[in-house]
Amino acid sequence: MLIQFIQTIYTIWQREIIRYWRDKTRIISTLFMPLMFLVIFGAGLSKTLATGNFGVDFVQFMYPGIIAMSVMSVAFFSTVSTVWDREFGFLKEILVAPVSRVAVAFGKTLGATTIASIQALILLILAPLIGVTIHLAIIPQLVIFMLLLAFAISGMGLLISSLMKTTESFGLVMQVLIFPMFFISGAFFPLTAVPSWMSALSYINPLTYGVDAMRQIILGNQVASNILNGLSLHAISVNALFLVVFSAVMVTAAVFAFNKRA
Amino acid sequence: MNIIEVKNLTKKFNGLTAVDDISFAVNKGEIFGFLGPNGAGKSTTINMLSTILPVTDGDAFISDFSILSQRDDVRKSIGLVFQDPSLDDRLTAEENLRFHAKLYGVPSNEFQKRKQEVLELVDLWDRRGDIVKNFSGGMKRRLEIARGLLHYPAVLFLDEPTIGLDPQTRAHLWDYILRLKREKEMTIFMTTHYMNEAEYCDRIAIIDHGKIVASGTPRELKKQVGGDIVCMTSNQKTELKKELEERYKKEVKEKDGSLQVEVEDGEKFLPRLFNELTAKIDSIELRKPTLDDVFLSLTGRAIREEEASDKEHVRQHMRMRRRT
Repeated sequence: MLIQFIQTIYTIWQREIIRYWRDKTRIISTLFMPLMFLVIFGAGLSKTLATGNFGVDFVQFMYPGIIAMSVMSVAFFSTVSTVWDREFGFLKEILVAPVSRVAVAFGKTLGATTIASIQALILLILAPLIGVTIHLAIIPQLVIFMLLLAFAISGMGLLISSLMKTTESFGLVMQVLIFPMFFISGAFFPLTAVPSWMSALSYINPLTYGVDAMRQIILGNQVASNILNGLSLHAISVNALFLVVFSAVMVTAAVFAFNKRA
Repeated sequence: MNIIEVKNLTKKFNGLTAVDDISFAVNKGEIFGFLGPNGAGKSTTINMLSTILPVTDGDAFISDFSILSQRDDVRKSIGLVFQDPSLDDRLTAEENLRFHAKLYGVPSNEFQKRKQEVLELVDLWDRRGDIVKNFSGGMKRRLEIARGLLHYPAVLFLDEPTIGLDPQTRAHLWDYILRLKREKEMTIFMTTHYMNEAEYCDRIAIIDHGKIVASGTPRELKKQVGGDIVCMTSNQKTELKKELEERYKKEVKEKDGSLQVEVEDGEKFLPRLFNELTAKIDSIELRKPTLDDVFLSLTGRAIREEEASDKEHVRQHMRMRRRT
């Protein structure tokens, strides 16, 4: 029983990885978007901000946000692909198999988590090329947060795709959920001095916690602690705790919804 | 021995009865055809039998496993080829099979043996390493059949296996299906709305509006029609119909603008008709009954061949696929 359960998770996971690996255009294009943001915003804003008393190089400030953004979009796209699977019939092949749907949902979530983390790792390797300084010692910590964030967003993506009826509503979800989540995550500007409605929204946004934690990890030994404190929202451990709880809720809800609907 | 035993199976969707209290049995090793127009309840039945759709009432047994209480056993006992393609076309043929083998718990050494066996059966062994995206519609369908056989099911379900394929590919696919029956003694349960394809089946059940209206071998069913079919066109249709009904006491049916009667001995009936008939006829045709006539005589309607819309459907799918 347990062996079959794990085998199913592994099989579903493996399919996601093979598909990812084969789709080179997807790898490149999902890297392109965050890099473009970083280069354009970086070039456009760093001079302006250098004249004020921001205290941090803007590219350096934005980089963790860019990683979080990339993790989010890849994790989300990978799980929402379930909707495509449903529309094009492949999901039927999975659903009619004598396997546990809970295992299928887990395999799918873990697959998306892995892919999103690989994309983020590629961005991490590219960091020196775009002038971002990263100390090797902090990489393990960064990777933990990448995985946490990827898992949380994958669970959310699977939940949404189980609730979605057609691929048409996909555009709507992007507009009303994903873009606002990007913008109110602290990726582009610090959330320490924003209107209270935005601040309130940022508290329920998982991306905020990912960005906040990764920023503190990356900038930790680069800028003075009073400047860093001025930019941060929560302690790293609080961020981790929120992401763990959020993941648990999302993945459980997704498994239920998937089991019921699919 | 009955591989499939269906007992009073019923499915209602929001008060609409899609499958209405049907019962039938399928013997081991036969090709059993479920024949009916689109929307008659064929796919609904197959979806219930394959446990993907909850049953409203009744039960069915596959290899003595109940579709209600022994879902996983039923799933292991059946191979399925859906109406819509369900392959992952970013994977190779072999990867699609391996994926299936893992989900069905086929051990990997056993898989190595079986993949060659099933792929050779559908002549795709040489293409095993190719990405499915590059396959033609017929090849995809064959691969799906091979995949459905991989876990050695007791019965193979084919839901409209030839839909969306061109006539040549369709005939070719039938060679494979018949080969499956011959070489593997596989029990096959299939649905179709192509009358001529139903002729290949050992036994058929004709379903209309969710009910089985007739069942038996194609020969038995055609016998029910009784004798030969005479088909006439005329611009004096009303007079002709009246005359046929009054003088020859025949039941006249209309199909595609022509009038049809069933006669016992067509070769003798025609000369008599020519001598006696006062209404004018434009053309006349004498033929042996087909399953189409059986359906017509049972329901008063012809099954429409929905070729154009099927092709459109598939084309739409392909467009959507390319977009992703």
